[in-house]
Amino acid sequence: MKEKEQELLLLIEKEGRMAEATLAKMLDTSKEDVSSMLRSLEKKKIILGYSAIIDWTKVNIAETVTAMIDVKVTPKRGVGFDEVAERIYRFKEVKATYLMSGTYDLSVVIEGRSMSEIANFVSEKLSTLDSVISTTTHFQLKKYKHDGVVFGEDEDDDKRMVVSP
Amino acid sequence: MTSIKTSHHPQLSDAVNRIEPSGIRRFFDLASSMDNIISLGVGEPDYSTPWNVREASIHSLERGVTSYTANAGLIELREAISRYLQKRFQVSYDPENEVVVTVGASEGIDLALRAILNPGDEVLIAEPCFVSYAPLVSLVGGIPVPIPTSIETDFEVDAAEVEARITNNTKALMLSFPNNPTGAVMGMEGLKKIAEVVIKHNLIVLSDEIYAELSYDAEHVSVPVLDGMWERTILISGFSKAFAMTGWRIGYVAAPEPYAKAMLKIHQYAMMCASTMAQYAALEAMTNGRDEMEEMVTNYRQRRNFFVKSLREIGLTCHTPGGAFYAFPSIKSTGLTSEEFAEKLLIDQRVAVVPGHVFGEGGEGHIRCSYAASMKQLEEAIERIDAFLKSL
Repeated sequence: MKEKEQELLLLIEKEGRMAEATLAKMLDTSKEDVSSMLRSLEKKKIILGYSAIIDWTKVNIAETVTAMIDVKVTPKRGVGFDEVAERIYRFKEVKATYLMSGTYDLSVVIEGRSMSEIANFVSEKLSTLDSVISTTTHFQLKKYKHDGVVFGEDEDDDKRMVVSP
Repeated sequence: MTSIKTSHHPQLSDAVNRIEPSGIRRFFDLASSMDNIISLGVGEPDYSTPWNVREASIHSLERGVTSYTANAGLIELREAISRYLQKRFQVSYDPENEVVVTVGASEGIDLALRAILNPGDEVLIAEPCFVSYAPLVSLVGGIPVPIPTSIETDFEVDAAEVEARITNNTKALMLSFPNNPTGAVMGMEGLKKIAEVVIKHNLIVLSDEIYAELSYDAEHVSVPVLDGMWERTILISGFSKAFAMTGWRIGYVAAPEPYAKAMLKIHQYAMMCASTMAQYAALEAMTNGRDEMEEMVTNYRQRRNFFVKSLREIGLTCHTPGGAFYAFPSIKSTGLTSEEFAEKLLIDQRVAVVPGHVFGEGGEGHIRCSYAASMKQLEEAIERIDAFLKSL
């Protein structure tokens, strides 16, 4: 991969909405070059999407509950953990699935409208899968920092003097 | 209770009367009285000090490490500085005898000048430059002699210009690259020519390399690395810019033992030692601060690219600043002086920049814009400057 592409990826990973013209100037290249790099990175599925980081606690109508579930499973011959992982991550409630080292196998992040909705999902969908041995559900109580972004107060407002040598 | 007052006329020294308050002050007062300002007038990073550095200092306080350190600074810190200078810039200094930890690079500049100057000694100063050099020279009875640089030569110092100003009284040459306010850098080739002149006339060089890490297009060349220069160079640097530690006031000087010892003598009487908690913070910055610092440098480079290109797009002539975090565009095409331009821009469009003339000769006709600001602020600033230029 070209150095410019890597630099571009790092920039848009932090700030996905930057205009192509701005990115072009920052990377010391043309707007066309940035467009074509983005298109090719999208095509190669290196860029999988562009999304916003939202503090839903500030949106009254749409409070959601997030749970992180530790799942122990029996891996299957030939496909290992991949098959059961796939069966799990295909549910649309599942926001993330990771294979973990340590005392359990899969870490599953689930979002729902209420605790009971998540409880239902765990008891009816997740636990009933053949390969699943056990689940431990942890509900998130508060989000402090997500994907490198601090939620709540902005400690980084400019405290500098307006003019200094 | 009131005490009885006697008549007393302030009796100030000639030295302090000789110097003027910084030209930035008036601007600061004006800008401070306004709201909704985008400030490109700040000579410091827009980042807070990396958390691990802050945390190390908090930890030092928790452990109760609140006493004086050795005058020259914590030996661990001096060793770390010495290793860093060797690894990063290939210059060797003995941490025991050739490094002194100072209260910011500013104290380092003062120490160096006080250690070498006799009244009447002339100091050549490459200008435009940081506002404190000439006043500090004057304070110890020295005579500052400016060497102007200009946009035509990308604000590099021309060896012939240096030589032309050397007299029997010339004692030292002050260099500062990457430069505040121009962002100029000097490579090996240009420095070699200057070194030749310096060696020929047996001058001392004071090299303020506080912005060394903030070099974007080429590796920084440290002055003492050049042949024949180590023995005649006082290297001044610090943590403020690269590690976003301006408020900690922590820097250092590195020089051959006789110079370092002389500076240490002044430092031990005037300052005792640099702040202990700041020294522990600096030690953490030296030990574990590299990754975060490099990330900041990458961000500055990208913002520089954006900002300089944008300035050119809206019609200002601007050389490519190879380091620091300043762009120094020419505003001569507007027919305004730097002062008029900066003041009008501030009042009309609420963008604070610093007029170039406050940085000495060669600065008139330019404005200093710091791009140590968020991309959002920079984009907005460009729009406002564009609107301002169109309104002229």
